[in-house]
Amino acid sequence: MPLLPKIAPAPLEPTLGRAAMVVLLLAVLCVLPFVLSDYRTFQLTQAVIYAVVLLGLNILTGYNGQISLGHGAFFAIGAYTAAILMDRWGVPYWATLPAAGAVCFCFGFAFGLPALRLQGHYLALATFALAVATPQILKYRKLEDFTGGVQGIVIMKPDAPAGLPLSQDQWLYLFTLAVAALLFLAAWNLLRGRVGRALVALRDHPLAAESMGINGSLYKTTAFGVSALYTGVGGALGAIAVQFVAPDSFLPFLSISFLVGITVGGLATVSGALWGALFIVYLPNWADEISKSAPWAIYGAILLVLVYLMPGGVAWMLPRAWALVLRRIRSRGGAGPGA
Amino acid sequence: MAAILEVSGLHAGYGAADVLDDVSVRVEEGGITAVLGANGAGKTTLLRAVCGLIRRRGAVRFAGQDISRAQTEDIVRLGLAHVPDGRGTFLQLTAEENLRVGAITRRDRAAVAGDMERVFGYFPRLRERRAQQAGTLSGGEQQMLAIARALMLRPRLLVLDEPSFGLAPLVVQDIFRIMRAVNEQERVSILVVEQNARLALDLAGEACLLETGRVVLSGPAARIREDDTVRRAYLGY
Amino acid sequence: MEAFLHQLVSGLAAGGIYASLALALVMIYQSTHHINFAQGEMAMFSTYLAWTLLQAGLPYWVAFAATLGISCAAGMLIERVLIRPVEKAPVLTVVITFIALLVIFNSVAGWVFTHTVKVFPSPFGAGLLPRNPFMSPHEFGSIVVTLAVLVLLYAFFRFTPLGLAMRAAALNPVSARLSGIRVGRMLALGWGLAAAIGAVAGMMVAPVVYLDPNMMAGILLYAFAAALLGGIDNPLGAVVGGFVVGVVENLMGAYVIGTELKLTVALVLILGVLLFKPAGLFGRAVVTRV
Repeated sequence: MPLLPKIAPAPLEPTLGRAAMVVLLLAVLCVLPFVLSDYRTFQLTQAVIYAVVLLGLNILTGYNGQISLGHGAFFAIGAYTAAILMDRWGVPYWATLPAAGAVCFCFGFAFGLPALRLQGHYLALATFALAVATPQILKYRKLEDFTGGVQGIVIMKPDAPAGLPLSQDQWLYLFTLAVAALLFLAAWNLLRGRVGRALVALRDHPLAAESMGINGSLYKTTAFGVSALYTGVGGALGAIAVQFVAPDSFLPFLSISFLVGITVGGLATVSGALWGALFIVYLPNWADEISKSAPWAIYGAILLVLVYLMPGGVAWMLPRAWALVLRRIRSRGGAGPGA
Repeated sequence: MAAILEVSGLHAGYGAADVLDDVSVRVEEGGITAVLGANGAGKTTLLRAVCGLIRRRGAVRFAGQDISRAQTEDIVRLGLAHVPDGRGTFLQLTAEENLRVGAITRRDRAAVAGDMERVFGYFPRLRERRAQQAGTLSGGEQQMLAIARALMLRPRLLVLDEPSFGLAPLVVQDIFRIMRAVNEQERVSILVVEQNARLALDLAGEACLLETGRVVLSGPAARIREDDTVRRAYLGY
Repeated sequence: MEAFLHQLVSGLAAGGIYASLALALVMIYQSTHHINFAQGEMAMFSTYLAWTLLQAGLPYWVAFAATLGISCAAGMLIERVLIRPVEKAPVLTVVITFIALLVIFNSVAGWVFTHTVKVFPSPFGAGLLPRNPFMSPHEFGSIVVTLAVLVLLYAFFRFTPLGLAMRAAALNPVSARLSGIRVGRMLALGWGLAAAIGAVAGMMVAPVVYLDPNMMAGILLYAFAAALLGGIDNPLGAVVGGFVVGVVENLMGAYVIGTELKLTVALVLILGVLLFKPAGLFGRAVVTRV
């Protein structure tokens, strides 16, 4: 039984059109904090953070086919690493990012080793168990000195560097955007080349890939590590943005929302991370007005709809919808005056 | 004589490609028809198509009813028992449970018990092993169990896919002897697919030869058995 | 000594719950080779259903039976409508479908019944049994009920034609069809039974942990551990595994690591089994042809 729907990875070749879109997107994103309120900027920061997380998860699940229901754990590890470094050792906020990334890479790689033996349902089960156990581990009394126990750790939001006339939220947003842009660039570069193809080959035809000389174990464990790294950096940024970490911020539902994000956004795509992030940040805001439970019910319903109708997600649908629109415009234009 | 099974113009296959091309086969009521052919000729595909396990188009009539669109489960309830290649034994059930599964669609509980005795009569080895897990039976015993399971349906037509496969010659002789007995004593018609042409032609009244999805030869088994040139060209002996 | 016996009994009572839920998981796995991540939430929802019936004034055992019936029907409906279409779909699609179910049941329960913790009555009374200072009536009753369910199920599968048909359909669907068994209906029935068993587990555990939408998450994890320990395709193994996990979890919680890390025990168990003995104690090692 195949692991993933036969969704070919999105084309990543640098074309003029794509480059233009990216530049436009970045320009818009840079301008936004100056026209939006601080709260909305904060929300946008969260969206960018989740985009990084979802990109990490997509590398592992979308491109490499390893199903993870436990990425909330890596998010938590990154967040706690940042918080502990800042709170206990006064490390500056920007230095916590590489630390969080490194720590999470190690944890991810380590988890990836036993994960080599697990496939499909079993890996989903193991990662799900990790997600469910994480809050309890974070609350464990013996680790309280580190983790702050049930109360967690409070940290300070950084100010903009001296001289810049930016609010804390604006600065943090731009900082996050810069980090995200770098990470997206790195991922895009990786995925559009040999590494990306190897990951997909291992996902779809593992035996053929291995017999062609691809070192499956190395790629798969490294994919786990890299995926955890991205998620951990996202977690660190998240801790800084929210200004505290506590065990109940990292419930199993967080891991599930990540899965929802990459499914909605589009598996095996880079842009899917953006769409998915927008979805999981803004839908709850909108659905909350209906009822506190509505967001998750809607997640569930949308997941089912996607599963049956549109497994490729938004990233898959958009170019096709756009092409459809273009075709309509062209045919309408052609049939116009002469008909 | 009426035909219990009439297949004409059958096209069937897996996925997009057709494996069978315009195949026609006939089993007389109370008769035995053998389907011969080399590996890959489409013999198993033919049986699967008749039983509705794969997509097919064409005419298939069983006991006068059109079954070309019917579901396997309904075809079975009409009295068609199929012993698949590989035997299809329920390995984790006991031998006796396997037999009970064979009769599971029948309403006449008391007769089922009687049938089990009769089946043990044909295959005494199974009676000894009735409480054993079917997976622990030898290949020959599993084949007997598979045929016995099919007989528990009280079928009108017994369809067998390569019953001799992987079995020792003595065991195979036994099985073919029992098949003849079942046909003669219980008036069960038989459609048997076999690679072992000699055995099949000895048993059957009618035969046909499949080659890459087409029927290239058909007629009374005696004629095919005696025909030297045909025999040598197609059957290799 | 008394304290130890009490922990042992609690462990057995909890084990009965895990055994039931694990059995439901194994039943679905056997017939479909899928792990039902939503089993816990379905059980929770059934328990809320029972609570609603009890609030409406129905006597306990009537509500109990009605809940079983409705849960069974709902399970069959879910299989038919949501699971059948993705039967042959890739694994991630199936996992997402189950997660979607999990999420929908959880959120709808929270929406309809609110997150306020509710008291769910035990039909066995409070206090302690007269001769047993270390076993409460509910623990005793819970063990009896879960054992009764398991025995009934065993008898059903072993001695009835329908049970035999279901086993055949799970073991070898093609051969089952060739014997005339309607495999699709058997699958639906399997889901129905699993849902009913889950409902029993939910109703037995709710008096102890109190009824709230998130009550089954940890229990589901233990059930996974139990099912894996016993062999994911072995019903008897699931039952044994359930009792083992229940006792181990309780004893470890009381004497070794404290109650705070009990879920971590489940996690370690799950990882341990998956890595070192994926077939579990009683399961068959699955050899896949390359």
